[in-house]
Amino acid sequence: MTAILEAQSVSMVVGGATLVDGIDLRVAPSEMVAIVGPNGAGKSTLLRILSGDLRPTRGQIKLKQRNIRTYPPRQLAFHRAMLSQHVNVTFPFTVEEIVHMGAGDAGRAAAQRLVDAALGEVDLAHFSHRQLPTLSGGEQQRAHFARVLVQLACGEAQHGPGLLLLDEPTSSLDMRHQIDLVETAKRRGQNGTAVIAVLHDLNLAMRFADRIVLLHRGRLAVDGGRSEAITAETIRRIFEVDVKIDYTDQGVPFLLPQTMRPAGAPTA
Amino acid sequence: MTVLTDGSAKRRSGYALRPPASLTLICLFAALAGAALIALTVGAAGIPLARLPAALGLSGDAAAGPSLARDQLVLWSIRIPRIGAAAMVGALLAASGAIMQGLFRNPLADPALVGVSSGGALAAAAAIVFTDSQIGQNLRFMQHQLLPIAAFLGSLATTVILYSIASRSGRTSIAIFLLAGIAIAAIANAGIGLLVFIADDRQLRDITFWMLGSLSGATWPKLATLAPVLAIAAIACLSIARGLDVLVLGEAEAFHSGVDVERLKRISIVLVSAMTGVAVSVCGVVGFIGIVVPHLLRLVIGPAHRLLLPASMLLGAVLLVGADTLARTIVAPAEMPIGILTAAIGAPFFLGMLLRQRGLVSQ
Repeated sequence: MTAILEAQSVSMVVGGATLVDGIDLRVAPSEMVAIVGPNGAGKSTLLRILSGDLRPTRGQIKLKQRNIRTYPPRQLAFHRAMLSQHVNVTFPFTVEEIVHMGAGDAGRAAAQRLVDAALGEVDLAHFSHRQLPTLSGGEQQRAHFARVLVQLACGEAQHGPGLLLLDEPTSSLDMRHQIDLVETAKRRGQNGTAVIAVLHDLNLAMRFADRIVLLHRGRLAVDGGRSEAITAETIRRIFEVDVKIDYTDQGVPFLLPQTMRPAGAPTA
Repeated sequence: MTVLTDGSAKRRSGYALRPPASLTLICLFAALAGAALIALTVGAAGIPLARLPAALGLSGDAAAGPSLARDQLVLWSIRIPRIGAAAMVGALLAASGAIMQGLFRNPLADPALVGVSSGGALAAAAAIVFTDSQIGQNLRFMQHQLLPIAAFLGSLATTVILYSIASRSGRTSIAIFLLAGIAIAAIANAGIGLLVFIADDRQLRDITFWMLGSLSGATWPKLATLAPVLAIAAIACLSIARGLDVLVLGEAEAFHSGVDVERLKRISIVLVSAMTGVAVSVCGVVGFIGIVVPHLLRLVIGPAHRLLLPASMLLGAVLLVGADTLARTIVAPAEMPIGILTAAIGAPFFLGMLLRQRGLVSQ
């Protein structure tokens, strides 16, 4: 199957520090990939490179078999949508106006349908006329997710399955909305959308992702299914925490952190 | 996470009730017509409303009294060009403020406040002084075009410098922006001071005119400079409106949403500079219109630029026509420089905004 996104030995060096180091990655349609790793592992930088926002020092990104640098911004927005970690809106736009921004120059009626649908999906339909800056952090994050969903839908209507990038989309959300959000993203996969999400919560990653990419100090440490990627051994080596891995009745693994790695133990 | 608001955000527990766009524009047009009508009738030489149609040539037969010739002279050679200039300058200043605020994602940005107007005034003053010299002699015949062009280039240089100081890898610090603006304004004012020092008497009179900011020098040729700039700016404003909306999400998000951010920034910077520069070349530095007008409008019609920019033009025109009428009547027969008037009203307004939303500076 042809990949929607392909990263070829991508590296990013900023001021002598190597933030991302020779990463190869292929993501197929309908696939949901979680990028996990400790703080400073280069997750967000990698995602920004994959989105076309940052130009890598070495290597290249191919989006639908075409170098991502060759897309003009408007074209790029049709093929990939990205939700950043912190979006700070200073002007009193309403939730609906913000979500509408995802629709670009789509027709009025079609755009409104998509906006209403997305607001429903993120459970903000009743807040559509509230001013965004008056909402809580989590509600704002959901509004921005709705905006990105609208952008994705607009692009996919014209150009077929696209790429959805999410940078810690659940960081301000309560438990229910975390699961809602990841499930909504996962549902997009049924239409062929490829999803790449930076996630902090390993349990969430194991529960929903088809593949887990574990980054460590800018390098790709592990890339595989949840059982291969997440073992007590890897977690101890990379996160420096002892964990106990158990299984739900459906056979989904979950983590229970135990203690810090004892002081003085050799580093990986 | 700090939630930053534009003041209105906290009203009515955050629900936005906004009038329809058509109603907003109709009301603003009506206000502009009203302001212009009042401005036509009052002044050092009062023209009662009853005599206005005759003087404007709208009714031929009316009592063609002895005052008619005088009325006509006052209206056509002084008052109408002046009202036209006030309206167009107000429109340019208010819209350039709104664009700058969109560009910097902060309602506290204003071209006059951060030295863009001063940069334009410095270049205009330099043009006055140096076109008088030997080298400039052959440029003097095109003074009507030279001053706006010089002021535009001065404003452009200032805006570009400001932007490159305040922005780093897509993030803009409003505190650095405002402080850099103060420094740039100080440098420009020092330059103007130096030019005043070396200017001869006639040049000095011309330069003083800019520094005070007055519309008393408005003439038909100046309207001919203002009108095309305003027309082009109005069209350009509509073309960047959606981009400025999306830019509120931040430069990276705007790029992800399909906006060509670099192009949008270039157009915005050139627009702000052209609008401010041309306004400055006509009536000197008039502050605070660019900050008061968009802020008031956002409270009522919301921040979407497709409506905010044209509405800012209209309300800016209303405000400056009103302020100019006030300026030439409150101390009649003398005239108060309009820059003093707008600063006296605008500066406390700005302080009020600052006090209510301290968070806007510390982001």
